[in-house]
Amino acid sequence: MKDVVTLLVHVALFTTAPPLMLGVINKTKAWFAGRRGPPLLQLYYDLARLFRKEMVFSRTTTWVFRAGPVVATSAALLAGSLMPFGAFDAPIQFTGDLVLFAYLMALGRFFTTAAALDTGSAFEGMGAAREVSFACLAEAALFMSFVVLVRFSGSLSLTPMLHAPITAPLHGLAGAAIFLVAVALFVVLLAENARIPVDDPSTHLELTMIHEVMVLDHSGPLFGLILYGAALKLFLLSALLLHLVLPVGLDAPLLDWLLFLAGIGAIGVGIGVVESIMARLRLRYVPSLLIASAILCVFAFFLTLA
Amino acid sequence: MVSPSPTWIELAAALCIGLSGAPGYLWRRTRAGGQGTATALNLIGAAVGFAGLAVHARTGDTGVLLLGTLPIGRLAFAQDGLSALFLIPILLVSALGSLYGASYWREREHRESGRRLRLAWGIMTASMMAVVLARDAIVFLVAWELMAIAGFFLICTEEERLEVRQASWIYLVATHAGTLCLIGCFALLGSAEGSSALWPSLRSEASGWLPTAVFALGIAGFGLKAGLMPLHVWLPGAHANAPSHVSAFLSGVLLKMGIYGVVRVCGLLPHPPLWWGGALLVVGAVSGVLGIALAVAQQDMKRLLAYSSIENIGIIAIGIGLASMGRSLGRADLVVLGLGGALLHVLNHGLFKPLLFLAAGSVLHATGTRRISSLGGLARTMPYTFVLFTFGAVAICGLPPMNGFASELLLYLGLLRVAAVGPVDPQSIWTSLAAPALAIMGALALAAFVKITGIAFGGAPRSPAAAQAHDPDRGMLAPMVALALACLVLGLLPGVATPLLHAAILAWDPALGPTAPPLGELAPLGWVSVAGVSLIAGVALVAVLFARRRPRHASVLTWDCGYVSPTPRMQYVDVSFSELLVGLFDWAVRSRRSPPDLVALFPPRSGFRSEVPDAVLDRIALPLLGAADRGLSRLRVLQRGPVHTYVLYVALAVVSVLLVAR
Repeated sequence: MKDVVTLLVHVALFTTAPPLMLGVINKTKAWFAGRRGPPLLQLYYDLARLFRKEMVFSRTTTWVFRAGPVVATSAALLAGSLMPFGAFDAPIQFTGDLVLFAYLMALGRFFTTAAALDTGSAFEGMGAAREVSFACLAEAALFMSFVVLVRFSGSLSLTPMLHAPITAPLHGLAGAAIFLVAVALFVVLLAENARIPVDDPSTHLELTMIHEVMVLDHSGPLFGLILYGAALKLFLLSALLLHLVLPVGLDAPLLDWLLFLAGIGAIGVGIGVVESIMARLRLRYVPSLLIASAILCVFAFFLTLA
Repeated sequence: MVSPSPTWIELAAALCIGLSGAPGYLWRRTRAGGQGTATALNLIGAAVGFAGLAVHARTGDTGVLLLGTLPIGRLAFAQDGLSALFLIPILLVSALGSLYGASYWREREHRESGRRLRLAWGIMTASMMAVVLARDAIVFLVAWELMAIAGFFLICTEEERLEVRQASWIYLVATHAGTLCLIGCFALLGSAEGSSALWPSLRSEASGWLPTAVFALGIAGFGLKAGLMPLHVWLPGAHANAPSHVSAFLSGVLLKMGIYGVVRVCGLLPHPPLWWGGALLVVGAVSGVLGIALAVAQQDMKRLLAYSSIENIGIIAIGIGLASMGRSLGRADLVVLGLGGALLHVLNHGLFKPLLFLAAGSVLHATGTRRISSLGGLARTMPYTFVLFTFGAVAICGLPPMNGFASELLLYLGLLRVAAVGPVDPQSIWTSLAAPALAIMGALALAAFVKITGIAFGGAPRSPAAAQAHDPDRGMLAPMVALALACLVLGLLPGVATPLLHAAILAWDPALGPTAPPLGELAPLGWVSVAGVSLIAGVALVAVLFARRRPRHASVLTWDCGYVSPTPRMQYVDVSFSELLVGLFDWAVRSRRSPPDLVALFPPRSGFRSEVPDAVLDRIALPLLGAADRGLSRLRVLQRGPVHTYVLYVALAVVSVLLVAR
């Protein structure tokens, strides 16, 4: 019975809460800038509006253009069933599900970038090129952090692996390793979700964009799917990071869920703060940032060997 | 009823396929029919071969089949789990390739070269089968050499083109250098064992340097065939310049013969030293990352596919290295996951790479160019080819729900288990760092294949040829459809390969015996099926809910930030797409770029050019060989031409051998 409730809450939260996180980020940024900002629920209104609209297609596009948002969103939804939320177990867990998690994200990237190139627009080509290039480094950092966490927990499945910090003593070297991995994963989170300092989601210059420019031609429900899928991905990677920065299990379901939501909200605020106090990096410095985060994980790996 | 030995059936199949091209020479050159006979014999032979595999699966190993003795060596053949596994891609790709070739290399368009191609095709298939069945070093080497030379004739099918002659010449030099290493390797093995029987199990106490020398020579010889870096020099040129079904055959199967040898060499010692596996793992990781980085930089579709083969061979080598390390450490789980992943990837790469080469061949057939930057818009003009290529591209990137995912998952599990299980072993713990390397390979492969999918097939046509392209006929589509379906089925049900893999693992490491942990217990192959099916169902559901709506307005121009008359030339091309990654890997790729000169305030017309020479061939091997050529040219005095001088040399050689061996 308890499992069924957990499962239902997991599915309900994952399908409905992610757009709220973007609202939190935007509110934080507005507060920093001294504006009132859009309402917290703005993305829900946008989605409702977009899903009602009609679609316009370019003459050069084919089925891949439609497949991009569809595959990316479905893959993110499936990946959500592998990720444990807070102190709760993921609905599906098996040895090696972490590889499936990462590769589902990659599947989304394959079709998103192929759809962008399908339009034949040079701007979208630029976005796709940047996306696949930076992903190579982000992927390396992600898997390097997995190696550390696998070493730390002795487990090859996301749920036990990410729950290990709750019970393990985190003073000393182990805590330092977890801290380094958390920093690296925060960089991966920013890069994978096209946030500052890697990409600026609110810029108005197509030449400098990564994610936003890839979806210029999408409209109506397909564009809604893209926004929704992006929110899912942000939520998932935040949930991954939260295990490392807030390794707490209270054994009281209601409190644990509230703690989880508060933690996700805090990460949203954190992203908003980073976006408010930093400028976007120049494109050619982005690789250095990602490589540095991968190397942080290598150091963390050495710490776990002691 | 006594069923015939599976080895006999395979030899009969090899004979049938080996002679498939011969009837074409019985008719006069102008008569048609050689092609039909060759294809039919190939298909019959493959069917017989698969029947033999089925019998083998039922009866198990039936021991060595001795057909007679030679002056040196014996005509010995046998089939074990490892041979059976490598026979699958040989039979499948040979049959499907010959079917494709019947439409791609039509008899009436290529009378002479077609006859030669079909003869060499059959001989190559048969000799490959002999290579994996041979249980005697002499038979092995003869079959190996026959295979190599048949490969040469396949590559130089279009001998009238200069680049084809160059590529096949480099191939010939490389393959003979490899054979030389193998002769040394087998001579040492024979001297240690006192017989030429394969594949012996060396005693661990064998004198110190001998196993090392055997290993080094074997890896060099077989690595040259497999295309491990830096021994890959022959590979890109040969794959790019051969007819496309030949490229598919080379990449899908010929490289795997090198892998077969590497697997056998690593299995020679019951307890190999740890550094054997470690060295192989490092070589594999380097091949993988640099191979795919070079692939990203390529502007020729088939060269890109060739470099991606180097990457896949690297992935396979990582698995073999891990298995060998597992054997040294006494870790059965690493042996099963490493070798299981490597061999499953052999099967997988034998499906998706031929598919991609055949699809690239269809594009070349329809447009006459391999340059990605002259294509574009093929998704509209060649819709079936595009779907099939996308299947292959998703599979080769290791993405679910296709088959590449299962084999990469096994390797990840093996590499991560080194870190997860047991106490820290300073000699092997670094192995798990190969997991991020595998991740980089995956992401780079994605970049490389999005580049072809998006730029050659997406967008608007960049040349009239691309605009007028059309799908190939059914004869070429059918083999591709078969391969694509096989990729999907093996991706959704990777568990079907488990018995084959298990038999092959036991053949490689008999010491595992009944204690071997089954692959299905170590790896969640059932969950891979569940994930694949639910992914497809999820995509279908989301598509029906959101993407089905028909547009109410006619299609419009791509919204290029308000620009109203874009031309196809303004699209992003492959060079610009890979620019960032080429910059990141420039320390290895070393591209040559000539940027446009922007001199005055109003610069005149200018251009940008970028080319990527092969890091090893063009920068190391060819200059070295050139220097050797200049240095050794003095020896040409020995080679004057008259026959009697050569007879004198032979006589002198015989006399000196007699004197030495007295």
